[in-house]
Amino acid sequence: MKKELPEHFRSYKHVWVFIEFEHGRIHPVALELLGEGRKLADKLGVELAGVLLGSGADALDEATRNCVAYGADLVYRVDHPVLAQYRNQPYTKVMTELVQKYQPEIMLLGATVLGRDLAGSVATTLKTGLTADCTELAIDDERSLAATRPTFGGSLLCTIHTLNYRPQMATIRPRVMAMPQPEEGREGRVISYEPDLDEQSIVTKVLSFLPDDASEASGLAFADIVVAGGMGLRSEENIQLVRKLATVLGGDWGGSRPLVQKGWIGADRQIGQTGKTIRPKLYIAAGISGAIQHRVGVEGADMIVAINTDPNAPIFDFAHLGVVADAVALLPLLTEAFRQRLLVNRLAG
Amino acid sequence: MRIFVCIKQVPDSAQIRVHPVTNTIMRQGVPTIINPYDLFGLEEALRLRDRFGGVVTVLTMGPPMASESLRKALGYGADRGLLLTDRFFAGSDTLATSYALSKLIEKAAEDHGMPHIVFCGKQTIDGDTAQVGPGIAQRLGLSQLTYVSAIDEIDPDKDTITVRRRADHGVQVLTSRLPAMITMLEGSNEIRRGTQADVLRAAQAKITQWNAAGVGIEDLSLCGLRGSPTVVKRVFAPSARSEKAVMIPAGDGGSATAAALIDAIFERQPALEEDLISEAGGY
Ligand SMILES: Cc1cc2nc3c(=O)[nH]c(=O)nc-3n(C[C@H](O)[C@H](O)[C@H](O)COP(=O)(O)OP(=O)(O)OC[C@H]3O[C@@H](n4cnc5c(N)ncnc54)[C@H](O)[C@@H]3O)c2cc1C
Ligand SMILES: Nc1ncnc2c1ncn2[C@@H]1O[C@H](COP(=O)(O)O)[C@@H](O)[C@H]1O
Repeated sequence: MKKELPEHFRSYKHVWVFIEFEHGRIHPVALELLGEGRKLADKLGVELAGVLLGSGADALDEATRNCVAYGADLVYRVDHPVLAQYRNQPYTKVMTELVQKYQPEIMLLGATVLGRDLAGSVATTLKTGLTADCTELAIDDERSLAATRPTFGGSLLCTIHTLNYRPQMATIRPRVMAMPQPEEGREGRVISYEPDLDEQSIVTKVLSFLPDDASEASGLAFADIVVAGGMGLRSEENIQLVRKLATVLGGDWGGSRPLVQKGWIGADRQIGQTGKTIRPKLYIAAGISGAIQHRVGVEGADMIVAINTDPNAPIFDFAHLGVVADAVALLPLLTEAFRQRLLVNRLAG
Repeated sequence: MRIFVCIKQVPDSAQIRVHPVTNTIMRQGVPTIINPYDLFGLEEALRLRDRFGGVVTVLTMGPPMASESLRKALGYGADRGLLLTDRFFAGSDTLATSYALSKLIEKAAEDHGMPHIVFCGKQTIDGDTAQVGPGIAQRLGLSQLTYVSAIDEIDPDKDTITVRRRADHGVQVLTSRLPAMITMLEGSNEIRRGTQADVLRAAQAKITQWNAAGVGIEDLSLCGLRGSPTVVKRVFAPSARSEKAVMIPAGDGGSATAAALIDAIFERQPALEEDLISEAGGY
C-alpha cells in the first residue's frame, strides 16, 4: 500500500495547529492540540507552529504569547480586518496560501463548528486527506501520521493515513487531548503574513451575533465529577437519580446517546463521540454498556466507576472500578452514603 | 427555485461487518435508511419549493440499490432523483466523494440549470465526517453555510439569502449570495409525510442513472480508492486496559455495596475526598 511520497511534497515539514480565535479568545481545544502537536513535532524532530488568524494587534499579541507558552516554537500570524469574525471564504483562502507557502507536513484543527467548517474546505482546495474526530494521533515508523478514530459499528476503531499527500490533516474534538501546562517566558518566533483580502470580494457578511446564555450544561466538559446514566436506567424518571448524585458530589451529569434519542435528556447532555468529551477526576457511569462511541468520550477521566447488571458489559474493560448491580437501586443508596460521609467529615473537619 | 439535495443511503444498524482484507464496510444484508441528517435539508428544500415553486432534485452516489433511498425521498415529495453509480467509485473517501458529487451536480445543471441551493446533511451517521458538504461547496464555488438552524430570508431573483447559523458560542446571522451549499441543523424542521399521490408517483418514477463517464469524469484516478488520499490501514477492536476493572463484590446490592464502592473510590483518590470535604456548603 505504501507508495513513495511524490517529490514536490518532500519539502513539507513541521506540525501546525490551527489556533481557533474568536471574540478575543483562543478556544481551549487549540491549546490542547498544541500539547499534542508538541509530542508529534518532537517525535519527528521538527518545529511546532500555531497558525493564528484574526484582527487587532493587542488581542493577537496576547494570543501569540499564549501559543508559545503552550508549546509553539513559531506562530504564523495574520492580522487583517476581514478576518475579525470567522467566515469560511477568507479563512479558507488564507489557510490555503499559508500551507502552499510554508508547507507543513501535519495540520491539526479542533473538531468544533468552526474547525469542521474550515477543515473540509481547506482539505478540498489542497486536495489532501482529512481525518475527522480523531481520538489518538501517533507517528509510525515511516514518519507518517497515524490518525485513529471510532468507526461505524459501536465497537471498532480505525487508523487512517494520508500517505501520498501533504499536509496530513486531522480534526480532534475538544477535551480529547489533555491540556498542557503553559510555560511562561518560553521563547518563540513570529512570522507575519499579509494576505491579499478585500471585504468587497467576500460574499458572506455577519449581520449580528447572538451569544448563548451561559447554558447550564456548558460546564459538563470541564466538570471535575460527572455522573451519567444509560439505557440501564430504564425510564425517564430515573434520570433524577443521576442528577441527585451529581448534586451531592458538586458535579455535573449527562447520559448516553439513546437517552437523547428518546428525548429523556437534552442533546447538550450527551457524552461521547458525537456528544461531549469529558475529562473529570471521577466519572460514574450507571447502566451504560460502554460502546466505543461512548468510551472515546470518557477515556480521559482519571477514574471511571461503572455500575452495570451485566458482568460482561464492555464498560468493565476500561473502567477502573466496577460493581455488578442494579443502578436504579444502587444510585439512591450511593447518593445517601456519599452525603453521610461528606457530612460527617465536614463536621469533623 | 432549483434545489438539489444530497442524500446518502446508510446502514440502519450498529451491526456492521468490516471486510477482513480490504478493511471496507460490508453493506450486504444490513437494512438501510436515508441518513437522518439529510432529511432536514430535504424538508427545507420542500418548504422552499412550496413557497417559491420550482423543482427539488435529490441525488446520491452509491451502489445501484441506493436508488431505493431516492425513491423514498420522492415519496416525501421530491420531484426528481439522480443516481451516480459506478464500480470506479468504490472505496471513495470524502475528497473523492465530493469530486464525484460535484461532477454529478454540474452534469445535472447542464440539463436543468445551476441550482440556487445544494443541501447536504450536517454529517452522515456512518462516515460521520461532515466533510462532503464543504467539499462540494469548495469545488463548485458555492457560498458555504453550515449548521443553519433557520433560513430567515431568501430572494431567488436577487440571489440573496439570510440565515441563522449555530456557531460555537452563539448564533450568527449571516447574509450571503446564492448559489449556496447549506447544511441544516438537526431539529430545525421535521420531515413531512408524503401525500398519497407522492408515494404513488415515487413507486413508478424513473430514477435517472449516470456512471462516471456519463457525468464527464475522464480521469478515473480521481475516483474511488485511487482518488482517495486517506487510506484505512487498520480496523481493530479497542483493547481492554491492561488492568481490568477492580470489581467491588455486589454483596446485597444495597447500602453495604454503596459503602464499599465509596471506600474504594476514596482509597484510590484521597485528594478527591479532601476536595469534596473542603468544599463549601452543607447538605
Ligand atoms: C456514529 C455513532 C455515534 C455515536 N455516538 C455516541 C455518543 O456520542 N455517545 C454515546 O453514548 N453513544 C453513541 N453512540 C451509540 C453507541 O454505539 C451505543 O449504542 C450507546 O452508547 C449505548 O447506550 P447505553 O449503553 O446507554 O445503552 P445499551 O447499549 O442499551 O446498554 C444498556 C446497559 O445497561 C445495562 N443495564 C440494564 N439494566 C440495568 C440496571 N438495572 N442497572 C445497571 N445496568 C443495567 C445493560 O447491561 C447494558 O450494558 C453512537 C453510535 C454511532 C453509530
Ligand atoms: N455518497 C453520497 N451521496 C450523496 N450525498 C452524500 C454522499 N456522501 C455524503 N453525502 C452528503 O454529504 C453529507 C455529509 O457527509 P459526511 O461528510 O460523510 O459526514 C451527507 O449528509 C450527505 O448530504
